[in-house]
Amino acid sequence: MLVSVYRYNPEKDEAPYMQDYEITIPGGKDVMVLDVLHLVKEQDVSVAYRRSCREGVCGSDGMNINGKNGLACITPISEATKGKMDKLVLRPLPGMPVIRDLVIDMSLFYQQYEKIKPYLHNDTPAPAIERLQSPEERAKLDGLYECILCACCSTSCPSFWWNPDKFVGPAGLLQAYRFLADSRDTSTEERLAGLSDPFSVFRCRGIMNCVNVCPKGLNPTRAIGHIRNMLLSQQV
Amino acid sequence: MVNSVTNFGRSGLYDWVIQRLSAVILAIYTLFLFGFVVATPDLTFAEWHGLFSQVWMKVFSLAALISICAHAWVGMWTISTDYITGSTSLRFIFQLVMAGFLFTYLVWGIDILWSV
Repeated sequence: MLVSVYRYNPEKDEAPYMQDYEITIPGGKDVMVLDVLHLVKEQDVSVAYRRSCREGVCGSDGMNINGKNGLACITPISEATKGKMDKLVLRPLPGMPVIRDLVIDMSLFYQQYEKIKPYLHNDTPAPAIERLQSPEERAKLDGLYECILCACCSTSCPSFWWNPDKFVGPAGLLQAYRFLADSRDTSTEERLAGLSDPFSVFRCRGIMNCVNVCPKGLNPTRAIGHIRNMLLSQQV
Repeated sequence: MVNSVTNFGRSGLYDWVIQRLSAVILAIYTLFLFGFVVATPDLTFAEWHGLFSQVWMKVFSLAALISICAHAWVGMWTISTDYITGSTSLRFIFQLVMAGFLFTYLVWGIDILWSV
């Protein structure tokens, strides 16, 4: 199998380039893209990429696989090469500064995540054991808490490409709604006030690339719609 | 919170509401004009003139004219902040030219409507 990998080492290379590797997959099995990368690494130890849990939980190995963002560890090559013959093209997540090869600088992504204050605010006295939720209240967090911050969604979003310093991005906004929807959180007004400017939420144009690429099957566009509705009902 | 002095309503929510409301007005106006043309197969200048001479039509047309200016401003402002990020002065000049065009269209449009 032909694997084309984006290579860039700022200490050595003047410009990024694509390097091809011919990989033989043992037994011709339908392995994951991350397994293919390991085989590439056996050929060329200088190839750099992030990986950790190798089972779609840590979100380290987000990359652009044949034009679509995804996690290398849970994307089978059969799915990645669908309609593209036998070639695998691996690039770093788009729109972010490249540190080396497939490793990107996620600082802006984390700054946006930090901006939405992703932790529970509650100014009432803490109960003896825990803050209780009804099953219905807890159900509101389904589809929100599962995000692993792999950045596949935000780096596929044109609005985030153009304004990564001002637009929170789909991943951050999904988490913003996760706390807005939480019955135990008491900072709804403050959270909404921080999101009502022209960029943080409203730069979303409903392109839905985020929904298309999310490896966990989450829907940030729907969460952004809920935030808009909350802002609307608060201010109209 | 990200602040901006050049967007229309000074808040993302206002801009968003303005863009949606103006879109509804423009859709209704377009459908009305299309319906009028379809319902009047032998449209003459006298009938067209008669339609635009009525006060309600002037109000309706003015609402559509203001809507298109507001809608275009929000859209062009968004485009300028998406694509002209390298130079603040260039972005400001672009916004100024857009504002000039839209203001001219508005005054010109009112002049045309009230001259009927």
